[in-house]
Amino acid sequence: MLKFLFRRLLSTIPVLLVVAVLVFLMLRLTPGDPAAVLAGDAANTEQIAQIRTNLGLDRSIPEQFAIWFGHMLTGDLGQSYYYKMPVTTLIGQRLEPTLSLALITIVIAVGVAVPLGVLAAWRFGGALDRTLMGFSVLGFSVPVFVLAYVLIWIFSLKLGWLPVQGYKRLSEGLGPWLYQLLLPAITLSVIYIALIARVTRASVLDTLGEDYIRTARAKGLPEVKVLMRHALANAAVPIVTVIGIGVALLIGGVVVTESVYAIPGLGRLTVDAVLARDFPTIQGVILLFSFFYVMINLLVDLSYVFFDPRIRY
Amino acid sequence: MNTPAPILQVQDLTIALPKGGDRATAVQKVSFTVGHAEIVCLVGESGSGKSVIAQGVMGLLPKQLPVTGGRILLQGEDITHAPLTRLRELRATRMSMIFQEPMTALNPVMTCGDQIDEVLAEHTKLSPAERRGKVRAIIEEVLLPDPERMMASYPHQLSGGQRQRIMIAMALVLEPVLLIADEPTTALDVTTQKQVLELMLQLQRKHGTGVLFITHDFGVVAELAHRVAVLRLGDLVEVGSKHDVLQRPQHAYTKMLIGSVPTLHLHAKGSDAQAPVVLSARGLAKTYIDKGWFGKARTVHAAADVDFDIRRGQTLGIVGESGSGKSTVARCVVRLIDPTAGHIKLGSDDIALMPHSRLRPLRKRVQIVFQDPYRSLNPRRTVGQAMVEGPMNYGMPREKAEAKARELLKLVRMDDSALDRYPHQFSGGQRQRICIARALMMDPELLVADEAVSALDVSVQAQVLELFEEIKSRLNLAMLFITHDLRVASQVCDFLAVMSKGRVVEYGPAHQVFGAPQHEYTRALFDAAPGRDFDFGQAGAAAA
Amino acid sequence: MTAPANFEALSVESATIVTQPSTWARVRRNGSVRLGGIALLLLLLVALAAPWLGTVDPSLFDPASRDLTPGETGQITTLEGETLDHRFIMGSDSFGRDIYSRVIYGTRVSLIVGAATAVVALAFGILFGLMSGFLRWLDGPLMRVMDGLMAIPAILIAIALVAMWRGSLLTVVIAIAIPEIPRVTRLVRSLVLTIREEPYVEAAISLGTPTALIMWRHILPNTVAPLIVQATFICASGILVEAILSFLGVGLPPEVPTWGNVMAEGRAQFNQYPHNIFFPGLFLAVTVLAVNILGDGLRDTLDPKMAKRV
Repeated sequence: MLKFLFRRLLSTIPVLLVVAVLVFLMLRLTPGDPAAVLAGDAANTEQIAQIRTNLGLDRSIPEQFAIWFGHMLTGDLGQSYYYKMPVTTLIGQRLEPTLSLALITIVIAVGVAVPLGVLAAWRFGGALDRTLMGFSVLGFSVPVFVLAYVLIWIFSLKLGWLPVQGYKRLSEGLGPWLYQLLLPAITLSVIYIALIARVTRASVLDTLGEDYIRTARAKGLPEVKVLMRHALANAAVPIVTVIGIGVALLIGGVVVTESVYAIPGLGRLTVDAVLARDFPTIQGVILLFSFFYVMINLLVDLSYVFFDPRIRY
Repeated sequence: MNTPAPILQVQDLTIALPKGGDRATAVQKVSFTVGHAEIVCLVGESGSGKSVIAQGVMGLLPKQLPVTGGRILLQGEDITHAPLTRLRELRATRMSMIFQEPMTALNPVMTCGDQIDEVLAEHTKLSPAERRGKVRAIIEEVLLPDPERMMASYPHQLSGGQRQRIMIAMALVLEPVLLIADEPTTALDVTTQKQVLELMLQLQRKHGTGVLFITHDFGVVAELAHRVAVLRLGDLVEVGSKHDVLQRPQHAYTKMLIGSVPTLHLHAKGSDAQAPVVLSARGLAKTYIDKGWFGKARTVHAAADVDFDIRRGQTLGIVGESGSGKSTVARCVVRLIDPTAGHIKLGSDDIALMPHSRLRPLRKRVQIVFQDPYRSLNPRRTVGQAMVEGPMNYGMPREKAEAKARELLKLVRMDDSALDRYPHQFSGGQRQRICIARALMMDPELLVADEAVSALDVSVQAQVLELFEEIKSRLNLAMLFITHDLRVASQVCDFLAVMSKGRVVEYGPAHQVFGAPQHEYTRALFDAAPGRDFDFGQAGAAAA
Repeated sequence: MTAPANFEALSVESATIVTQPSTWARVRRNGSVRLGGIALLLLLLVALAAPWLGTVDPSLFDPASRDLTPGETGQITTLEGETLDHRFIMGSDSFGRDIYSRVIYGTRVSLIVGAATAVVALAFGILFGLMSGFLRWLDGPLMRVMDGLMAIPAILIAIALVAMWRGSLLTVVIAIAIPEIPRVTRLVRSLVLTIREEPYVEAAISLGTPTALIMWRHILPNTVAPLIVQATFICASGILVEAILSFLGVGLPPEVPTWGNVMAEGRAQFNQYPHNIFFPGLFLAVTVLAVNILGDGLRDTLDPKMAKRV
């Protein structure tokens, strides 16, 4: 087991390094003078010259990378010239809304998708199964923002049950916080539910076809016990895996959802930064999101230890 | 005289197959009984329906395979269409089943102890402590050492034989009157098989259990059975006592089957010890090193210090259990694996450590036939394309290659219309013959057969073995025959090498090795072969 | 002991061969393939026949016809300066452009982007996957790079790339295709590794077939099915991402009639004029749905094992 843990932890490092290199290269691949690009459209020549020395843009590329990487490790993600503050501060301000949205979405998605997927697999071919598969394809196909507008139209504008846009901080109370986030979270969770339900169903179906299920039945166990004790425990690994991988979808969706619902989070920040060509911020946000994604998948892989005794021993 | 009522009575059982299959029923009008303390072997080849019957008795068949006729009676109770609740009550308490693959038949995430305990928890009202005691008792009864450790282990931590014992423990803990065993030893090594079969016999005698034993191996039948039932494509063609069926078979199919079983008795073959050596190996070794973290390397000697000679017109057999290294040696000879050390002399060329670039012209001289006929041919290419590929690689023009292909197909007794057909249109035995023909297209000096008949039904196997014999003598080929089946080895081999844990433990002319084995492993191996003292009906062959 | 002469008559062999309908026939009969395929065909026809479906040039606008509700008639000024009466079936946007025309012409863009993305992603993915599968020394580093690429959420890569290069059809297609390449590479690599273990490939090696020929003749043909399935899903993804990019304002230039652009333009007035969002949204959803359903059907017939592959 230790070997597995160690190996898995170690393998995260090259991935993060590649991400860093790719993000670093992004700026260098833009046409034009990187310093001018970084400074933004409203900069003057002094500022540009200062950036040039700061980042050592007159030195060789590997040296530049070392400087940039060094800064990053100490928590210095650069200065946003558009927002006129350090990128880290900027991110710090926008972190809470995005985390809140993501958290509620994951809770809703896993809570709905896993039981549905299990039931669909258990009653394979039945009405629930076919309905779920149908909704799943729909969930993949209707884009998040279209769905958002449809839901806003129904629940906010016509029925008036939920607010149209905006965000309330947690410090203002749990109720308002939840109330504002409900519709965005539901919107975002749809595609996540589609994915998880599908994989859950496939995984449970696979497991139900294994030999040890036949043995369990041959022992005279009732179907519920067969499902719970034998099928689910073995189906867990692919399900947990897809929850981790699906976070990538979640991040993509966050960008759009925050845009539609006017939530001042990291997603909105990304879009605004791109429109303003604010490179330090773009780089900072991408690094952060990728780091989170890698960490979440690492946690998922490490959790295998609990689900699969073959790894433990 | 009061004979106790039969435990299992199957009467005119018919089970249907889903539409669109090659036939309408899996089994039709099958009748047999299993009495108290009786072992009935159900034998048949692929498609015979024997597994379907086994699962049908337990009520484990899916909806797509309904019982459409006949009855199944367990101790007089008609369970053919019994409700699931009743079937569940009977399972493990009155009738139990064990399956073929112990690795996949046990839940990988539950301890063995828990899996046995589950049976007790479901069907009895014993307290947890009492259950624990019973679990420990049954584990001791199946002769597993250190019961506490066994109970806490997960299936992947045990060997194949140990896992099968756990399965037996699970099945017998509530002392059912009927045990159904579906090919329980087919996936085990021969020596492990012997131990498990002995255990089953022992337990069966002690508890008086009736056993329905499914198998395709006549050696096992000879070892175990009281009575035998023979199935062919869903029909019960013959049933009777062991001696009647195996030594005086009545039905033509049974006669043919018995006739196809190779015997273990060896007559000295007239092998010419002076024939020129085609290939010789000296000190052949293949080592795998797993570089762990922190420098702790694990070394596995898949093959070490292997010496042998193969002469023209003769077959060298390599026998051994799994992990013995026999397949490794075969693949080294064909250079699908690169040996770590040693010499393989093919004529004057030493091909053991030769770089791949220089190997190409020499590959022609050694060809191989693999074990799985269903994966040995590219499904997207016709038989003709598969066959001309080899010669055309070396410059033979297409027409010439095709003409040769036709010739060779005739040699392997196949129609040359096969050239334009795809592999999926042929059966396993036919595909294997195509593979043999493909290998012969290269005019090799040495033909390697890596478990080439292990995946075939007994009757088909006999045919293919006969083909190998014919080819060998007609073309004066040298052959290297890898197998785990001693009967097969005794039929085709002139010389024999016995391998264990990567080393050759015994080597010599076949009749000598079989007749007077020197090494204790060889002796244990031969001793473990089921039914080796049984004399199968010679009359079967005579009537053919 | 020889096999008896009546073996042929008694053998169970020939009885156990089951003939299956050919792959192509099975594909054609599958319900999902038919449904998705027909829908896509219709959309393709719409895209091709755009000029003749009662549309006007999608860039035409008329300030007098701003924000018309669906079904209203208004005016439209042609490039030559003529003013015509025109029925705005789907309403007009805040510039006075005909939504219907923009949506119909938008079909072209989406289908092109979807197809192009699939082709680019597949081409590079196959190349890298083959290299990875065959060149052991390259495998490790290449897969690390792919892992790193997959660690960055696809939308972010696409957004960043378009931000760098400015939006045009070419850059958008490349920006959307790049995040899809790692998945195809992984798929091809795993296919190569498994197929290489198959006995028929080993047979080819011992028959002296050179590596390149083995790749071409034995390995590639058996990868076609899973790749076709993957291609449809990439196509769906491409159409979606392009729409998202355009919606966020970081995709194709706003004059180009794409569904995302139409929706982006109409965002601000969603409360009063939802038709700006709903009509293109409907087309978008239906198109992606059609492709996904087609992909599902293809997967069920061509490659049922796909769900297990990473």
